[in-house]
Amino acid sequence: MKETILLLALILFMVAIALVLYRVIVGPTMPDRAIALDTIGVNLISSIAIVSIILSTTAFLEAILILGILAFIGTIAFSKYIERGVIVERKGDS
Amino acid sequence: MSVKEILEWVAVLLILFGSIVSVISALGLIKLPDVYTRSHAASKSSTFAVLACLLGAFIYFWVVDGYVSIRLILGIIFVFITSPVAGHLICRAAYRANVPLAEGSGEDELKPVLFGGEGVVGSSVDLEEGTEK
Repeated sequence: MKETILLLALILFMVAIALVLYRVIVGPTMPDRAIALDTIGVNLISSIAIVSIILSTTAFLEAILILGILAFIGTIAFSKYIERGVIVERKGDS
Repeated sequence: MSVKEILEWVAVLLILFGSIVSVISALGLIKLPDVYTRSHAASKSSTFAVLACLLGAFIYFWVVDGYVSIRLILGIIFVFITSPVAGHLICRAAYRANVPLAEGSGEDELKPVLFGGEGVVGSSVDLEEGTEK
């Protein structure tokens, strides 16, 4: 019963990722796509937690931290690119 | 039911609740009309969903294996701190990149302040170099 509920939760997260993927592909502007990619990363974190419960291992828990950091940095880079047109600003540029 | 079994059920139901909230958030991301309302749907309930799911996983590992996972606590704290920051930055970038508001959003009071419209002169011109190109 618990395994069934966990599988159902995993399937629901996959459905959420598939729905958000529509916004990544169609999304009219670039910030839409950035928000959708951030949401996909955050949903993947939860999916990894559920997979590590189902497989009853704790080996995947590092991936949660890494994926959280990567999603955050990716969102920051996207927003700086959308706002300024560059990602890494140097002093000599302008 | 023993305490262990009850706590397992609490963890599993937290995970199920988080997944349902996540699907609602994805529906909001599809249905809402512009970037700002979509960001509202995405960041708020996505943070909540991940919080519930990781908390459920933490309780499950704690009860079943007796394993207190510091990495899960770190993940919870990190997502809880960084997700509103990311949403704020994306919305700010979208507004400064002239993404229009949806129809019927009401009066836009930030626009004359930021982009130097009618009435406001020189107050914020030097804030806004580089977004014109």
